[in-house]
Amino acid sequence: MIKFEEVSKTYPGGQQALRKVSFHIEPGEMAFLTGHSGAGKSTLLKLISIMERPTVGRVLINGHDLNTITRRQIAFIRRDIGMIFQSHQLLMDRTVFDNVALPLVIEGYSRRETSKRVHAALEMVGLSDKVNNLPITLSGGEQQRVGIARAVVNKPPLLLADEPTGNLDPKLSMEIIRLFEDFNRAGVSVFIATHDLGLIARMRYRTLTLKDGQMITDGLADEWQQDSAQEPVF
Amino acid sequence: MSILFKGRDQGAQSSRIGVFQRLQMFFISHLRQALASLGELWRQPAASLMTIGVLGLSITLPSTLYILVKNTEAVSAGWEQASEISLFLRDDVTAADANSLVTRLSLWSEIDTVVYVSAEQALDEFKQLSGFGDALSYLDSNPLPDVVLITPTSKHTSPLAAQLLLDKLLKEREVDIGKLDIEWLERVYSLLNIARELVAIIASLLFFAVVLIIGNTIRLNILNKRDEILVMKLVGATDSFIHRPFLYTGFWYGLLGGLMAWFVVLILLWWMDSSIQAFASQYQKQFDITGLDAAALLIMLGLSVLLGLAGSMISVHRHVKEIEPQ
Repeated sequence: MIKFEEVSKTYPGGQQALRKVSFHIEPGEMAFLTGHSGAGKSTLLKLISIMERPTVGRVLINGHDLNTITRRQIAFIRRDIGMIFQSHQLLMDRTVFDNVALPLVIEGYSRRETSKRVHAALEMVGLSDKVNNLPITLSGGEQQRVGIARAVVNKPPLLLADEPTGNLDPKLSMEIIRLFEDFNRAGVSVFIATHDLGLIARMRYRTLTLKDGQMITDGLADEWQQDSAQEPVF
Repeated sequence: MSILFKGRDQGAQSSRIGVFQRLQMFFISHLRQALASLGELWRQPAASLMTIGVLGLSITLPSTLYILVKNTEAVSAGWEQASEISLFLRDDVTAADANSLVTRLSLWSEIDTVVYVSAEQALDEFKQLSGFGDALSYLDSNPLPDVVLITPTSKHTSPLAAQLLLDKLLKEREVDIGKLDIEWLERVYSLLNIARELVAIIASLLFFAVVLIIGNTIRLNILNKRDEILVMKLVGATDSFIHRPFLYTGFWYGLLGGLMAWFVVLILLWWMDSSIQAFASQYQKQFDITGLDAAALLIMLGLSVLLGLAGSMISVHRHVKEIEPQ
């Protein structure tokens, strides 16, 4: 589903964010990406959503080389990727419904189909009763779930999450991860970047670790957990 | 269509939806965005009115000048119809010769009426009208020549045809000097030409200013909506989708500004009407000022919409590109 081939990224000014990173996430897989801040997690996700282009190497999604995607095509690529952000990226002056409906409006769904899908997505994240609320009136966990509903409302085959549990307590974080597991069971590939090692430690998922822009481990969480200097946060 | 995943349904592009429905959705989405843009103008009435006002008044000025030029043309066209040729006869022409000339000329097909004014008649008339009265009786002899006044038929009143007729009349033996009172008309025409060019220059300058003003207003709109544009780009909105609401805003500015200009022009004409009537009545003439006809109105509104669109298009292409998710 996502394949990196010897990808390096150097920002203007010489800062090397990624060095020869290679990995392959299979269709239908759920995997975590971890590392200290500044290790290159965000850069890696930006290469998948084409917010940045690799300096060297190739990024492929479903076998398509993203280097061949023109600027005008980027919008269509992003419709295939559900993205979730730590900062939610919600429109605070629009209702929950309007926020979740945005991808469908952009794609030109009919009013009826939009309403049906938005309600289904909000049902999945357990916010059916907040349809007409403004995001500002919701808690942090609820706002994050609105973001998730927006990411899955057009049923993308791939979900990307950047620190989705960043501002949440462990219990809420676990709920969010359970949601991702539900989508994964439905066949969606899920790729989550997080520095919440405690969260990862409680589950047996493939985990990729970045350090100074290099991929240092790639495997199940408990295989490297002992080496990690970081204390799990329980 | 999905580039990465073949066969994935994507909204209106889905293969399950027919061409007709797709077209319908396209128009519905356009209508929705157009109305949303109008709604946005409505929610900020003060700011919108100011922009519309600038646009409206900028278009009012050239429109008013245009009406002025057009009416002057209409008036001077009336004068042109009355063009008259005066033939001054030579001193040695006798009354009998003059009469035979009048008879001959009245048979010409180009000529409508011929009036013979003898030197004595002319002097009498001059005495009565000029106010010199008695002073003229001190003259030893009558200094005025015999005059034949000729009105060409309507086909021969245009400056060119009248000039040709005059040339032909000058070949007559009895005629000394012929005068076609058309030079001053030509002067009026060249003045009108200057006025017309002035209107074009003023209009172009104002239109350029309007494009800049609309462009700047839209730029501020775009900056205000930075967050929204970022989010839209993140969830896969194409550039044209993001551009559209701003283009519609420009469209509405243009249309509303144009309507305002029309309204202002109507008020100006109504205001000036009484003074124009007073002026016309001094010449014992009924003169109705012509306003904007349907074609001119359509052109004005179309131009105004075009200017609004041009301003927003320039702004949108420059500034939406600068907003990219980081």
